[in-house]
Amino acid sequence: MSLTASAFDTLELKDVGRSFGGREALADLNLTIRAGEFIALLGPSGCGKSTALNCLAGLLPLTHGEILIDGKRIDVLPSEKRDFGMVFQNYALFPHLSVAKNVAFGLEVRGVAKAEIKRRVSEAIALVKLEEHAKKLPGQLSGGQQQRVAIARAVVLEPRIVLMDEPLSNLDAKLRLDMRTEIRRLHQSLGLTTVYVTHDQEEALSLADRLVVLREGRVQQIGTPTELHNNPANWHVADFMGYRNLLDMELTEVSGSEARVSGHGLSLAATLAQPAKPGDTVRMAMRPHDLNVVNDHTVTTGRNVFTATVGVVEYQGREFAVEVTTSTGQRLFVHAETAPRVGEEVTLVLDPARALVYQQNLDAGVSEEEREHQELAEVGS
Amino acid sequence: MTAITETHRPNLPKGTSTASRAHRLAERGVDTKLLMLLPAIVFALVLFVYPFSYGIGLTFQPLPEIQDKFGGGIFANYVAFFKDPFIFDSVWITMRLALPVALFNVIVSIPIAFKLRHKFRGKRFMSTLLVLPITLGTVLTAQGLLIFAGRQGWLNRFLMETGIISSPLPLVNNYLGVVFSLVISGFPFAYLLISSYLSGIDPSLEAAAKTLGANWKQRFTKVTLPLLAPGLATTFILTFVLAFSVFPSARLVGDPLGGTRVMALMAYRSFAEQINYSMASTIAIMMGVVELIVIAIVLLGRSFLYKGSTGGKG
Repeated sequence: MSLTASAFDTLELKDVGRSFGGREALADLNLTIRAGEFIALLGPSGCGKSTALNCLAGLLPLTHGEILIDGKRIDVLPSEKRDFGMVFQNYALFPHLSVAKNVAFGLEVRGVAKAEIKRRVSEAIALVKLEEHAKKLPGQLSGGQQQRVAIARAVVLEPRIVLMDEPLSNLDAKLRLDMRTEIRRLHQSLGLTTVYVTHDQEEALSLADRLVVLREGRVQQIGTPTELHNNPANWHVADFMGYRNLLDMELTEVSGSEARVSGHGLSLAATLAQPAKPGDTVRMAMRPHDLNVVNDHTVTTGRNVFTATVGVVEYQGREFAVEVTTSTGQRLFVHAETAPRVGEEVTLVLDPARALVYQQNLDAGVSEEEREHQELAEVGS
Repeated sequence: MTAITETHRPNLPKGTSTASRAHRLAERGVDTKLLMLLPAIVFALVLFVYPFSYGIGLTFQPLPEIQDKFGGGIFANYVAFFKDPFIFDSVWITMRLALPVALFNVIVSIPIAFKLRHKFRGKRFMSTLLVLPITLGTVLTAQGLLIFAGRQGWLNRFLMETGIISSPLPLVNNYLGVVFSLVISGFPFAYLLISSYLSGIDPSLEAAAKTLGANWKQRFTKVTLPLLAPGLATTFILTFVLAFSVFPSARLVGDPLGGTRVMALMAYRSFAEQINYSMASTIAIMMGVVELIVIAIVLLGRSFLYKGSTGGKG
C-alpha cells in the first residue's frame, strides 16, 4: 500500500470559537490531536460538533482562537490550501463525474501528472473495493458505495487529516456496521489522522481513540472510550453515554466517594462522581445494564434491592430491555436475562459503584482551569 | 387468495392481471381525471392549432404580383422570402440583435445570481430591483428609454452640461436602443431562471471541491458550470426567443427602416401596409423556422451535457 498519510506531529486547537450573529455555536474548544489519532466529536444535534469540523476544514472562518499544525497557524489558510480530506454527510459526490473522475478530482486540480493520477486513483478505488464501478456515475451507486467513493476521494490525496461529518448517518443499520468496520480498518492500515463527527455514542465509542463530548458549543469531557463509558464527567455526558436512568434524589450521606441518596421512595447507596454535600439535590445516573432483574428471590435483603412493576419488555437478542415502574410511579430502564411478564413485580439489584451521583447544574462541573490542566496532562503523556 | 383466483380463472395465462379493466387503465394514467385536460385541449385547438394551420395554408396562396415577380407557383412567397434581399436581410438583422442580447443576458446573470445566492443585507431589495422590469411593458420601457437616453434626455443633457461630451450620444433610435430595451426586459427572466437553477446545485459540492484543493476558478469550471450548463442552455433559448420576436421596441426605440428592421416588423409591414396576408404569414412562419433552427442547435449541444440530479447524493 503506497497510500500514506502526510506527516505532522500535532494539530492544536486553541480557544477555538465560532459565533453566528451573536449566538455562540462553539466556544473555547481546546484540543490537541496527535498524528494518527482517531478523534470523535460527539454530541446531540446543535451542540457545535459540525461547526467545529467546518472550522477545522476552513469552510467556516473562526471568530476566536487559532488552529496550529506543529506550531504553525493554519486557520488563516483558505480551505483549499489546508490539505485536509473531508467526507460529507450527504457524500457531496460530483454527480456529473464518474467514480474514477470523482476520486481523481483533487489530484487533477493539483496538477499531478496523468500517469500518477491513474495509478493513485486505481489504488484508492481498490482500497474501497469499487473496481467494477469505476466508470459509473455516482447516481448509479447505492448509498454505501457512494460513501466509499467519498472516502476514496478524500484519502487519495494523502491528506494530513481526514474529517468525517456523520458519514454513516444516511445508511441503513447493517451497512452502517459494515462501514464502521471499514473506516476503522482504513484508519489502521493508512494511519490516517481522523476527526469524526457523530451523534451516535456507540459509533464514537467503537471507532475513536479519544472522544470529545460537546454540549451547547462547549466541551463537556475529553477522554478515551473507556473513561467516558465508565466515568462520565457530568450527567449530560452520562446521559449521552447510555446512562438512560437519570433520577433527581436528595443526597443524605457522604463518606469519601461513597454516598447515600434518597427520593422516589428509594434509599440507595451510590458513588459520588462530582463533589456534593449532604442535603444537595443531585442527579443519579444508572445504565440499564447495571440495574438487573434478579429471579433469585433469596437476595431480597442486602443493599440496593428494590421492587418494581414490569411495563414494557423488548427482546434484544440474548437479553431483554425492560421498562419498569417503581412504587412511586418512577419509570426505569433495566436489564433482564430472562423475559419477565408484563405486570409482574420484579426484584431489582443495583451495583452501588455503578450508580453515579452528579450535581444537577451542568456548568458547575469541571472548571475552565481544570479542563486546561487535564488537556496539558494529556499532551504531556 | 391465490388458490381462489386460480380455480376461478383457470384459462388465464400466468402473469395476467386479475384487476378490473378500469383499474388497469388507471394504472397507465387513463381515468376520468383526463377530462380536466379538456379545456386546455379546446383552447389549444381553437387558439393555436387552427390559426397556425390556417397561416401555413395562407403561405401557399401567394398574390398574383408576387407569383409574376418571383415565380415558383404556390411556393412564390418562399421564393420571394429568399430572393428579395430587403426581406431576407431581416433574418440577419434580427439575429444580430437577438443572439448578442440573449448571450449577454445569460452571461451577466451568472455572476449576479451567484452573488445573490448568499444572504446579505439588502438582498431582497437588490433582487426586487433586478426583477422589477418584468412588470414594465415593452412600450413603457421604450418610453422610459426615450426620455432618459434620447437626444434631449436626462443623460445627454447632464453629460453635455457637465461638459463631458459636446454633442449628444446616439443611444436610442438605433441598434443600441433596441439592445438596451431587450436587455431591460429579458434580463429579469434570465436572472430568475439561472438563480433557480443555481439554487438547485447542492452547496456542499462546492465545499467538497474546496476541501479537495480547488480554487474558485477550478470550482466554477469543473463543478458549478457543468452542472449549470443545461440550465444556461434553456435560459439562453428562452431569452433568445423573447428577443427574436422583438417588435414594439424595434419600432419605438430602434431604427425601423435600417439597423433594426427585424422580421416581426417585416411581417407587420406586409400585413398592414401592403395588405399581403400571405407574405406576412410566410415571414411569420420563417421566423418560427429560424428560431427552431437556433433552438435545435442549442438543444443538440445540450444533449451532450450531464443533465441528472445536481444534489450532493449524485
